Amino acid sequence: MLEYLARRIATVVPTLVLVSMLIFALQQLLPGDPAKILAGEEQDPTVIAYLHQKLHLDEPLPVRYAYWVGGVLRGDLGESVRNQQPVRELVLQKLPVTLELGLMAFAIALVIGVPAGVVAAVGRGTAWDHLANLFALWGLSTPNFWLGIMLILLFSVQLGWLPASGYVSPFDDLGANLAAMIMPAFVLGNAIAAVLMRHTRSAMLQVLAADYVRTARAKGLSERTVVIKHALRNALTPVITLGALELGTLLSGAVLTEQVFTIPGFGKLIIDAVFNRDYSVVQGVVLVTATVYILLNLLADLAYFAVNPRLR
Amino acid sequence: MKLTSRTLWPALLLAASPLFASAQTLRVGLAEDPDVLDPTLARTFVGRVVFSALCDKLFDVDEKLAIVPQLATAYEWSADNKVLTLKLRPGVTFQDGEKFDAAAVKFNIERHKTMQGSNRRGELAPVTGVEVVDPMTVKLNLSAPFSPLLAQLADRAGMMVSPKAAQAAGDKFGTHPVCSGPFKFAERVAQDRIVLERYPQYWNNAAIHFDKIIYTPIPDATVRLANLRSGQLDFIERVAPSDMAKIKSEKKFKTAQITEIGYQGLTLNVGKSDKAKETPLGRDPRVREALELSLDRQGLVQVVMDGEATPGNQWVAPSNSYYARNMPIPKRDVAKAKALLKEAGVPNPSFTLLAATTADAQRLALVVQAMAREAGFDVKIQTTEFATSLNMADKGDFEAYILAWSGRADPDGNLYSFDACKQPLNYAGYCDADTDKLLKQSRELREPAERKKVYEQVAARVLKERPIIYLYHRNWLWAFNPKLTGVRNIPDGLLRVTGLKMGS
Repeated sequence: MLEYLARRIATVVPTLVLVSMLIFALQQLLPGDPAKILAGEEQDPTVIAYLHQKLHLDEPLPVRYAYWVGGVLRGDLGESVRNQQPVRELVLQKLPVTLELGLMAFAIALVIGVPAGVVAAVGRGTAWDHLANLFALWGLSTPNFWLGIMLILLFSVQLGWLPASGYVSPFDDLGANLAAMIMPAFVLGNAIAAVLMRHTRSAMLQVLAADYVRTARAKGLSERTVVIKHALRNALTPVITLGALELGTLLSGAVLTEQVFTIPGFGKLIIDAVFNRDYSVVQGVVLVTATVYILLNLLADLAYFAVNPRLR
Repeated sequence: MKLTSRTLWPALLLAASPLFASAQTLRVGLAEDPDVLDPTLARTFVGRVVFSALCDKLFDVDEKLAIVPQLATAYEWSADNKVLTLKLRPGVTFQDGEKFDAAAVKFNIERHKTMQGSNRRGELAPVTGVEVVDPMTVKLNLSAPFSPLLAQLADRAGMMVSPKAAQAAGDKFGTHPVCSGPFKFAERVAQDRIVLERYPQYWNNAAIHFDKIIYTPIPDATVRLANLRSGQLDFIERVAPSDMAKIKSEKKFKTAQITEIGYQGLTLNVGKSDKAKETPLGRDPRVREALELSLDRQGLVQVVMDGEATPGNQWVAPSNSYYARNMPIPKRDVAKAKALLKEAGVPNPSFTLLAATTADAQRLALVVQAMAREAGFDVKIQTTEFATSLNMADKGDFEAYILAWSGRADPDGNLYSFDACKQPLNYAGYCDADTDKLLKQSRELREPAERKKVYEQVAARVLKERPIIYLYHRNWLWAFNPKLTGVRNIPDGLLRVTGLKMGS
């Protein structure tokens, strides 16, 4: 296992290098001169020339990449040209927000998706199954931003229960934090819950038809023990893979959700940075996001060991 | 009352939300996150909204766009219009306690002119030097007469920052600005909030009735409005025109509709690149006239802006004192447009209309397409994201481009950079020696009546060549808490905090 682990971790480094190159190269494909958009309404030619020099825009691509990576290795992600804040500061400010949103959304997805999948599989063909399928269909086909605005209209404008948007740190005020995060986390978790439900259901159906489950039943074990202890545990392996893959959805979904609920997280940061051609912010944020994604996938791989003894 | 979970839950949430923030806090919803908060480097409209509470200027403009005193109490031009003498307001301090005086003005003007990346350099180009006459008097020497200077000093170029703080912070000053406005900088979390706190030693402290202002950028107009409705905000700018009728009919909020000093228009490539010569639209003024005649501005305003704009055909709105009455808004005349196209030998000219992805630009493009079709135009719409469209415009890689301008108080700010030869915003590529002469002359004249005469001549030339077909002037749409009083409708669209008060 240690060998596997070491091999697995060793792949992380080249992946990150590749990712950093990709991020840098892809960004160059963005049309338009970043200095022009950063120069604002006035379009003063001296300002544009100054920005070109400041951002090394006239240097060849590999040189610019070297500037950036050199900084990254020293822990310097650069500085936002738009508002002068260091990118590292922005990342540290926003990362916990998006992580909280993502974790809450994933927790909501798990709490809804997995039990719904189990219930649907166990009660296959019953009203429960249809209900769960209906929910999944709804979750998959409802656009994030629309659901978000509908929830705001209901819970904030009509009922006045929840703040319409914004963010409060949980360390400042936990209640206000939860009130601000519950709607966006639900919106984000909702679609993933649907996917998890569908996969849990099909994995469970497969496992429930397996011989060992029949054996377990024949031994006279209670249905509860059979379903939870014997079936679900095995059915969870593909669900974990899927969960890890859905983390990507989570991170990209966060972009839209944060926009709707005006949550100052990674998503909003990156959208604004792309439109403002704030290159150092885009690069820094995407790099950190990719790193988080890669690490979470690593964690998911490790989680296989926990649930599947055969891999140990 | 028994506290059941049903009553407790919302009660807890309410208590936890900023709904019950102190009544002395003004919470403002902005349509975008401002850029750097350094008046020298700043470049966005939305940043100016925050500056109007943070940084006082030498002058301000009033509801009629007249120049009024702020940090300068009086001014005097020399006989040759090349020296502007300013009398400064005594007893003013910066938010770090430093004194505001003539030396500070000198420092600031020089900073605007010399700092790397300064966006003010162009606005202050004719200023060659600043002389401190005495602690409360300062002279600005100009290379040539430049009447728009007062208006420049009533905007970011006239904003005064603390020399001591600016020297200490260098190019990072924008992360912790220190000015002399009624509110001082407290905190900024990018894309989340900008918090300003009252500066108790402000020179006009009696007119300030809030302790704190929180600016929250909320780009989505629907969500911004939802925040106002749920009581999380007291004031929102740039309400979606389509929401305005409903807000007014509900009577729950006060609203303001102010005709902007900018405009929405179609920039036509008449000489920016070879493309201008390749198309009838760029080549032949008759085709451009036909395009203008095919458009019904009132219809555009109704359909695109839900009526929340004023039709116009010039760089200033018809209500502006500099509007050239000799060139009124042409009425839609499809028959004449068709005749012109026939005369030009192109009864069905086609062109591509470049439009950014914003909802307004998209709607405008569609309506222009439909209206122009009736006169025989075949309009193709090309949609790109704003940064790309700007780049294409700059390269001259377009035939027609939907571009709005946020406007400046002096007409020169809406005109010179767009219509004088080789200016940075002259995307149309219009260049005419006589127009250039007139534009320069308008800058040298001081009397508004005389300038207006020159602008009438400019209008007679430029509006016939049509580098830009001006369409309408949008309304600044604000909605706010009905208890809020003292909101001033100043056409630059910036909320002034002096005199603002929250009633009980």
